[in-house]
Amino acid sequence: MIAADLDASFAALADPTRRAILARLASGEATVMELAKPFEMTQPAISQHLKVLEEAGLIVKRIDGTKRPRRLAKAGIDAMDQWLAMLRKALEKNYERLDEVLAAMEPTTKGKKR
Amino acid sequence: MNTMTKMTLKTEGDTHIVVTRHFAAPPEAVYRAHTDPRIIQKWLLGPEGWTMPVCISDAQPGGKFRYEWSHPKQGRFHITGEYVVLEPPSRIVHVERMHLPDPTPENHVETRFDPDGSGTLMTIRMTLPDTQTRAAMLSTGMERGMEASYLRLESML
Repeated sequence: MIAADLDASFAALADPTRRAILARLASGEATVMELAKPFEMTQPAISQHLKVLEEAGLIVKRIDGTKRPRRLAKAGIDAMDQWLAMLRKALEKNYERLDEVLAAMEPTTKGKKR
Repeated sequence: MNTMTKMTLKTEGDTHIVVTRHFAAPPEAVYRAHTDPRIIQKWLLGPEGWTMPVCISDAQPGGKFRYEWSHPKQGRFHITGEYVVLEPPSRIVHVERMHLPDPTPENHVETRFDPDGSGTLMTIRMTLPDTQTRAAMLSTGMERGMEASYLRLESML
């Protein structure tokens, strides 16, 4: 993946509504109306988010009569995996902090000193 | 030693998330760090920049807790919950939801602290109402809520 695409993916993921849309699509294909429902947003507002996700290569649309259901693209799945990996890293940061707190709580045990 | 302290985070079945982590301290200390508000406030902060101005934890069955996080640019949000079972130093069962500001579906959480060598193996097992809620939590909620781990993607661009 070229750098510009990666930037677009991250920019697309930086918005909580768009991450929620990806999360919804992770559990299966959905129409614009279905996607708009949980957000109490207008369809044009959702369509705008879908456009950003499409341009970032994270989702694809299918033509089904008058409907245009969206689903995750391979890049979208990878992006979700990547997001999870970053989340993992952020959680680990909390626990590294806790390691230090625990070391301070138990100054006599064999915790390594710095 | 890194492999020993390495955290795991995985989904289980349709509605569970399981997190494990080893700590080089006995279960008593790790349990206390998860229930004493003065200690929680020191580490449950997520990435740089977030603080926890409000940390209330009434660690008794039926007792409530409330964590409020704040960031100079990202704003504020909070979690409320109730303790269901407390078995010091080995087990905590609680229910929590995030307020963003509307409350998210409830997350039922069981946390175990088992002796592991001279330390503790912590296992957190979360149960969400359905697959979709779990997916949404993993992608939009957890990074702000569960462990206040909001990640600022903008800084990576």
